[in-house]
Amino acid sequence: MNRRVTVAYLIGLGLLLIAPTFLYPILVMKVLCFALFACAFNLLLGYTGLLSFGHAVFLGSAAYVTGHALKVWELPTLLGLLAGTGAATLLGWAIGSLAIRRQGIYFAMVTLALAQMVFFFFLQAPFTGGEDGLQGVPRGTLFGLDLAEDINLYYLVVAIFAGSFWLIQRAIHSPFGQILKAIRENEPRAISLGYDVAKYKLLAFVLSAGLAGLAGATKTLVFKFATLSDAHWHTSGEVVLMTLLGGMGTVFGPVVGATVIVTLQNELADKVGSLVTVIMGAIFVICVLAFRRGIVGESLALYKRMIGQKL
Amino acid sequence: MTEIFGVPIQALFGQLMLGLVNGSFYAVLSLGLAVIFGMLNIINFAHGALYMAGAMLTWVGLEYLGIGYWWMLLLGPICVGLIGIAIERLMLQWLYKLDHLYGLLLTFGLALMIEGLFRDLYGVAGQPYSIPEELSGAFNLGFMFLPKYRAWVIVASLTVCLFTWYVIEKTRLGAYLRAATENPKLTQAFGINVPLMVMLTYGFGVALAGFAGVLAAPATQISPLMGSNLIIVVFAVVVIGGMGSILGSVLTGLGLGIIEGMIKVFWPEASATVVFMIMAVVLMFRPAGLFGREK
Amino acid sequence: MMKRKLLALTLSALIVPAAGSALAQAKGKISGDVVKIAVLTDMSGVYSDLGGKGSVVAAEMAIEDFKAQAKPKFKIELVSADHQNKADIGSNKVREWYDTQGVDMVTDALNSAVALAVAKVTTEKNKIMINAGAASTRLTNEDCAPGNVVHYVYDTYALANGPGKAVTKQGKDTWFFLTADYAFGASLEKDTTDAVKANGGKVVGSVRHPLNASDFSSFLLQAQASKAKVVGLANAGGDTINSIKAANEFGLTKNQTIVGLLTTIIDIHALGLPTTQGMMFTEGYYWNLNPETREWSRKFFSRHKKMPSMLHAGTYSAVTTYLKAVQATGTDDTATVMKQMRATPINDIFAKGGKIREDGRMVHDMYLVEVKKPAESKEPWDYYHVKQVIPGDQAFQPMALSRCPAVKK
Repeated sequence: MNRRVTVAYLIGLGLLLIAPTFLYPILVMKVLCFALFACAFNLLLGYTGLLSFGHAVFLGSAAYVTGHALKVWELPTLLGLLAGTGAATLLGWAIGSLAIRRQGIYFAMVTLALAQMVFFFFLQAPFTGGEDGLQGVPRGTLFGLDLAEDINLYYLVVAIFAGSFWLIQRAIHSPFGQILKAIRENEPRAISLGYDVAKYKLLAFVLSAGLAGLAGATKTLVFKFATLSDAHWHTSGEVVLMTLLGGMGTVFGPVVGATVIVTLQNELADKVGSLVTVIMGAIFVICVLAFRRGIVGESLALYKRMIGQKL
Repeated sequence: MTEIFGVPIQALFGQLMLGLVNGSFYAVLSLGLAVIFGMLNIINFAHGALYMAGAMLTWVGLEYLGIGYWWMLLLGPICVGLIGIAIERLMLQWLYKLDHLYGLLLTFGLALMIEGLFRDLYGVAGQPYSIPEELSGAFNLGFMFLPKYRAWVIVASLTVCLFTWYVIEKTRLGAYLRAATENPKLTQAFGINVPLMVMLTYGFGVALAGFAGVLAAPATQISPLMGSNLIIVVFAVVVIGGMGSILGSVLTGLGLGIIEGMIKVFWPEASATVVFMIMAVVLMFRPAGLFGREK
Repeated sequence: MMKRKLLALTLSALIVPAAGSALAQAKGKISGDVVKIAVLTDMSGVYSDLGGKGSVVAAEMAIEDFKAQAKPKFKIELVSADHQNKADIGSNKVREWYDTQGVDMVTDALNSAVALAVAKVTTEKNKIMINAGAASTRLTNEDCAPGNVVHYVYDTYALANGPGKAVTKQGKDTWFFLTADYAFGASLEKDTTDAVKANGGKVVGSVRHPLNASDFSSFLLQAQASKAKVVGLANAGGDTINSIKAANEFGLTKNQTIVGLLTTIIDIHALGLPTTQGMMFTEGYYWNLNPETREWSRKFFSRHKKMPSMLHAGTYSAVTTYLKAVQATGTDDTATVMKQMRATPINDIFAKGGKIREDGRMVHDMYLVEVKKPAESKEPWDYYHVKQVIPGDQAFQPMALSRCPAVKK
């Protein structure tokens, strides 16, 4: 991480630590879960150039597995989170190794179709409870702390988010991340340089799926349930929107995008009624037409221009 | 009575026919996607929403303007095509220089908007539309009663598919089109108005979706949600067929409809996922799709 | 940098007011002198016609009528939100309502996943949910919370049991099921099957179709081939509508009776009488029952432009029942109000002699209806022959079968 990003990261972390004194902890936790989800997605879209239109299944599968592990198998919380994340990682490997056989638009369609297949599996499988959802998942304890207390869970969620965010940054700035960028910029050249492109793409996909899974597992812990909407293609669309709106390929973009979208959904719930989807669609269209760098990307560009003019 | 796996063979023929009906819808929709993709290199995510719009317009036409089914069969696709042209002129044309993924994202946003607007206007329960009088009733085919309307769906959609194929492969206009797809700059240099071709192609592609919508109107409930579930299946159809050829996408559509129809008899639980499973298998052995060429 | 600014900007709207409602629940008083009722519903998705804006209208009418009749000393406020069929949005909204806006009671709450999630929050915060919208029997069984949750209008058991029993007794005793392939469809099929068998009928087969299937003709041909006298549709919403439409097209309706297990007047209105005539199913409410229901429903119609569904009438009744209990006890304390509601029979436009049972089930009469022929319908929305009134104690799951841990000793 460069110095500016580190400073921003530390400030953000500091703010998160004191946030519960003035913000609604559950909502902040939800924002963090979706921010992590979007960051994981950004790793794929922003840094590898792969648009997955089925990322919700990783969120959803981890949510269900964690829920099942905690509720039915009565595993300790940490193991439950691990189980969910592991399941999403495995699923990511399975879907990823099929999907990377195609490029570009085909990749998007393949991931969407495979995700829809998994969605139907969740719908029909008895352990998910169908449309009732998997309800009443216990949060359990961690190091003797009762996670049923929102505030205890809050700091666990912050720790998970901060750790994963750091991990993603490390991955991006590692040689591995550089190769991913090379693939994004010019795939044939990366191949001719002797890189096993398919392997790197798959690795990025699996890493992204695993982290998306961690977000889903954490979400189950926060809300104590997992439902079908977690795995629905609408959610896949939402995470694309979050990343696009915040700024794909930027460090903080997905976090900003997730914050805006989650807050917006929460706020619009009692104001616009049936027009929610229209508004989401309109944001999509505006972003694509006029705002492609997203909030963070455009702001950075503006900032750079201003400095440039002064010099 | 002869039986196959415990299912009377006559019932099986019946199911085959029904599979063909559904396959016709897949064929028209994936044909539209293929035409658009060939020219613009984008996947039109709004295809499902425009299919729905076609069906909705059919209903609106009858309900508010008193325009019957046969006229709407002509007017519906034209209206949807005009919407498409507006979309292309106002939005899509600014994206051609960018990564094709932006086209996908834009049309996804449009799909959400179109669906949301119709939902806000007309609710979700949907609207009834009765089968036109000329086509109500059924043929007795011996092995089944085939409602006339379903037979009409097959005939109408195959005609449209053949027509499209003929125009693109056998006429001068089609030749320009193929040339513009292959090398737009050179074609432009020959004095052919490529942007106009692109616009008309997109308009025609979505008009096909609108046509499928009008065809579907009497057969299913016209609801704002009818497009979004269908379109994901059609995407899978397109991946299986590959975008290489017009005929390929039509044949794949019909074939998958029939396979799906069979699955509905022998293993109904899997009928929602069978197309996706076939897609996974095809990807493993022929990543470019059955009729596709690796670019 | 951006992150900090945006966090502050976008979230500042949600800052929790420092003075919460924690001290408000003193017994014998109404918190903040305001009784606050919330309608949580689906305004934008698949259930928005069944509940949606109509439920908000019904709640408004209930409050106005109550104010006019009872002249309460306390203020009544109504809030509403769209849960977009997402349990996390729904439960979050409700939590926020309870914590920061002093909401006392949540109603409608359709969609089973949302309802179950909201039930948990409601129990945790010790408030009241009167659920008028969800179908899952889990609300009064495995996940019951009799101290906080009332399941008011219908559930899958009542919907399945009524026709299973009554239609079979009419001599239509062989059934074939078209079942949506997930938990909801399976439980509808199972409960109906039990009732059919208990009354001497037979189930000759069933086929499971995927949710939101685009075409039902194939499944209906299988139903037709079964030669069963009754084809039971154990599905909902668009699936039911498309099944009926295809059944009509393939001529099933000539020889077989279609029973839509979860069918409402909204579906019949959407399909029209020519397609649906002769269908049978259970309804929790019908506007054209008697002069009283007609009068109320016409009032509702004048505001919403549609006749009420059972969810709308149920929401009206739920709000009224709650307000009456608050008026009678002079408090919005949860335990006191719940006790009062349980002790008082419910008599209004929705229920006659309705009673809230110890597991939280509101027991009231249900109606077995048959859809009229187009010629028999005298005016718009005049759709049903009421074939039978199913008394509450026979319509709903008997206490003996309860799986509610709080009730079982």
